[in-house]
Amino acid sequence: MNQPQADVARHLDAAQFEAGQVSAGRLEHVLRRGEFAVTAELDPPDSADPKDVFDRATLFGSAVDAINATDGSGANCHMSSVAMCALLIRAGYEPILQISCRDYNRIAIQGNVLGAAAMGVSNVLCLTGDGVQAGDHPEAKPVFDLDSVSLLGAIKRMRDERMFLSGRKITSPPRLFLGAAENPFAPPFEFRPLRLAKKVAAGAQFVQTQFCFDVPMLRAFMERIRDLGIDQSCYILVGTGPLSSVRTARWMRRHVPGVHIPDSVIARLEGARDQRAEGRQLCIEIIQEVREIPGVAGVHVMAYRQTQFVPEIVHESGVLKGRAGGMHCPAIGASSD
Amino acid sequence: MPSALYAFEPTGRRAGNRVGAARRSWSVRHARLLEFLYCRFERVLIASGLVLRWIGFDRLEAPVASIERAVKGALFDCRMCGQCILSSTGMSCPMNCPKGLRNGPCGGVRPDGRCEIDAEMPCVWVMAWEGSLRMRCGDRIRQPQIPIDHRLKERSSWLAVSRGEHALDGGESGS
Repeated sequence: MNQPQADVARHLDAAQFEAGQVSAGRLEHVLRRGEFAVTAELDPPDSADPKDVFDRATLFGSAVDAINATDGSGANCHMSSVAMCALLIRAGYEPILQISCRDYNRIAIQGNVLGAAAMGVSNVLCLTGDGVQAGDHPEAKPVFDLDSVSLLGAIKRMRDERMFLSGRKITSPPRLFLGAAENPFAPPFEFRPLRLAKKVAAGAQFVQTQFCFDVPMLRAFMERIRDLGIDQSCYILVGTGPLSSVRTARWMRRHVPGVHIPDSVIARLEGARDQRAEGRQLCIEIIQEVREIPGVAGVHVMAYRQTQFVPEIVHESGVLKGRAGGMHCPAIGASSD
Repeated sequence: MPSALYAFEPTGRRAGNRVGAARRSWSVRHARLLEFLYCRFERVLIASGLVLRWIGFDRLEAPVASIERAVKGALFDCRMCGQCILSSTGMSCPMNCPKGLRNGPCGGVRPDGRCEIDAEMPCVWVMAWEGSLRMRCGDRIRQPQIPIDHRLKERSSWLAVSRGEHALDGGESGS
């Protein structure tokens, strides 16, 4: 479709974007300051022991600005994202609360948002969520009362208009930095940038993408994003992660919804003497390449079962340029308990 | 009634939906024609609002809803969500998405354009994009849609249009 670009720009809330910081969080602060941000995903524990969360968070060291607390990722049951956020805040980290529309209706979601904000959560990532068939409870009822776009709109309304979807007043609104996900590597490719514009119009201020293993494809996507001016209205963090072996790569390609791994990556891993090291090297190279793409504001590292390698990957890529991530910024501090 | 079994609530994978997929494929391929016909029909609906009000919307609800279900079921594999947005989704009924997404595709669409959940079904939103490219007002696909109202399930969207509850050119407009 060749509508004028102004048409999309009209939907983008540029004025609000340029206004002051909406959250008390470190992530928004780092991004607004123009630093290259690093976020990472925490593997959620299958236990009721808080130590399991603390131990995993410690592995990130001072390499990340915020930690994503996943919400039943892959439709598998784990410790809840709200609880993980509360624990991470207790330990001094800055979490990103992931909310998946798969498991809750609008009443539960809005209640959780208020509760999370009350505990000091500053960032929310609004997701549709994988279908239940992908996980360990395929017989469960999929909820999907809202979708990711209407979820963004609902939380934006809670924050900015101080009301629930029902219109009922909220006395003290949640101060949240709103995020969304995008997959530049899944069809319909021409619609993806417009769909992202829709999310930004609905309230998204940052975006974390699906795993990027195909940099030329990401470049093409980002070109369209810049044409539409979306990078001026929201911060784009590109998803990356180390592949531990060619077997894992093949498995992910087949079983993880929306993951695109080109044959060249498979071939490179296959030819390597140490596949695990090669996977990490590939991840570092992708981070460095992605960093040079105009409009990319950061990276989001998803190192499933390889969390211990995240600091090494981030530091070797050089994206932090000597600055330390890790514990949240004392200058802001409001997200501590 | 059988259609209640296929309620628009996302129920995950639905078996035996090949006929429905063929219908949806046809309606997307003829999105331009269907858009033209619906624009005419919408004017008739709005113009006849007063007459329908005189007959009584409550009295009309059941018979009109059953006609609507039959017509739109045959054309679009309609799920009778009661708040039709076909004009904003390239004439591809979004309630056939197993996640019930009304604002665009999820991130799990397969490389061949098929559904994450049902590998044999083309993604509703891949089709919606194709349909919207054929339509005069296809850029409506860019408008954010509000959350669905579950109370309107099985009710007539046509009567809602004639009552003036759907805007003529708004994102709410349907079929």
